[in-house]
Amino acid sequence: MTRKFLALALVSAAALSTLAAQAEAPATLKSVDVTLPRSPVKLPDGPNVAVVRSTCTGCHSPEMILYQPTMPKPAWEAEVNKMKSIYKAPIDPKNIPAIVDYLTAVKGPK
Amino acid sequence: MRSTSVMADALSRRNLLRQAGAAGLATLAMPAWAETMVTLPLPGGPGDRPITTGFPQKGAMILQRSRPPMLETPFEVFDQGVFTPNDRFFVRWHWSVIPTQINVDRFRLAVRGQVNKPLSLSLKELMALPHIEYAAVDECSGNSRGFFQPRVAGGEWGNGGMGNARWTGVRLKDVLDRAGVKPGAVQVRFTGLDKPPVADGPRFIKSLAADHARDGEVMIAFAMNGQQLPLLNGFPLRLVVPGWYATYWVKMLSDIEVLDSPDTNFWMKTAYLIPDTPHADMQPGQAGVKLVPINRLNPRSFVTNVKAGATLPVGMPASVRGIAFGGDAGVKQVDFSADGGQTWHAAGLGKDEGKYSFRRWETRFTPKAKGTLVLMVRCTNSKGEVQPGAANWNPSGFMRNVIESTPVTVA
Repeated sequence: MTRKFLALALVSAAALSTLAAQAEAPATLKSVDVTLPRSPVKLPDGPNVAVVRSTCTGCHSPEMILYQPTMPKPAWEAEVNKMKSIYKAPIDPKNIPAIVDYLTAVKGPK
Repeated sequence: MRSTSVMADALSRRNLLRQAGAAGLATLAMPAWAETMVTLPLPGGPGDRPITTGFPQKGAMILQRSRPPMLETPFEVFDQGVFTPNDRFFVRWHWSVIPTQINVDRFRLAVRGQVNKPLSLSLKELMALPHIEYAAVDECSGNSRGFFQPRVAGGEWGNGGMGNARWTGVRLKDVLDRAGVKPGAVQVRFTGLDKPPVADGPRFIKSLAADHARDGEVMIAFAMNGQQLPLLNGFPLRLVVPGWYATYWVKMLSDIEVLDSPDTNFWMKTAYLIPDTPHADMQPGQAGVKLVPINRLNPRSFVTNVKAGATLPVGMPASVRGIAFGGDAGVKQVDFSADGGQTWHAAGLGKDEGKYSFRRWETRFTPKAKGTLVLMVRCTNSKGEVQPGAANWNPSGFMRNVIESTPVTVA
């Protein structure tokens, strides 16, 4: 009787430890191969949109621009200069005014 | 007895209708995988974001930016439990060149610099070290940035740039000890596999003080919530720095360099700096503010089952619940107010999953009269730090932890 109870207890303990093991972290890792999606968002039309598309969206998709709060022209100028000087965006200096005009038209105060 | 869960259901139906309306407007710009929209209540907008299921190993997420990926956890996920599921856990990368294939047999973690024996560890070798496991909140420095007033540029998060997971890994200390840190080590620097798409862009690199790196808590994690990390959360390895902002939790960690002088790289010296003031608070345009690298998390708390604008029935007990975290200390107390902060009472606390974890809180109250009410929730951590009544402000939009307000209608 006691032996039977003990056996049962052992079985239960084994079952419990199996359950616990399922919640534990994996003993080995599996290789991963995934694809990242393209952005679903396009920059809206506006002055000089072509230069913005070819310059700005190399590093980030359009959401980065479109989800910013409304900002006045000097703030957009500062952003573009930051992208160039700090993050080394390949912006031709002669295109900066055109880019700032677009950003101010699309994301500036109305 | 009727409770607020009924109201919450009614609210979500209303939200679904509203989201469907917003999605209708955006259909032309959205492909099939952006199934619906959510509106984050950001002051001055824009608050509309697509909900996406298009990212690998991820469920429905708020699309903040496709590239580099930035995905926000929909807030209702935080009502479902204190652990954020891996497929709903927020994602934020700085640079867009991210490996999409990781071979676990070929991956190596380098340990070099001021060490006696440089290492190149395979995942098998690393995982043979003793394992540790704990729950910890991972929160983006700029979580809730979209609520800053005046608004600041950056990733315009709602409140879902955070998550809580049970992390499993090895002690960073054990790895450093294996390499043998030389006397004179000052900092330890961490680099992941992500790279800028421009040749001279500053790679994303972060450093911790050598003593912090060797505190026995900082972890090289290979699992979260019992599973290997999703690629976008840093597979195969990420640093876990419990109680500190996510900027230090370097993803796809591949290089550890022990330094004998302070790190002056851009991401430590120029970016991720906060005012060295209480709550990292300053005035817009204020000059001469001393700046320091961002560091410890601060306490926060949220209502998760009642949305702003919900209607509660008068005279009926309402059950209100949510989550709280203490930052780099445990949750000591969560207080609730149903009258815009005039009177407070202590909420009941759920199971303690460890001092770095989210903790459930729950309370009941009965709205006595018709009209509008503002529900508020306030966390005090075990160091006695309490959420401020006024929102902090700094030009980077970091460390928001004001007491949250949820306006409701009683009818």
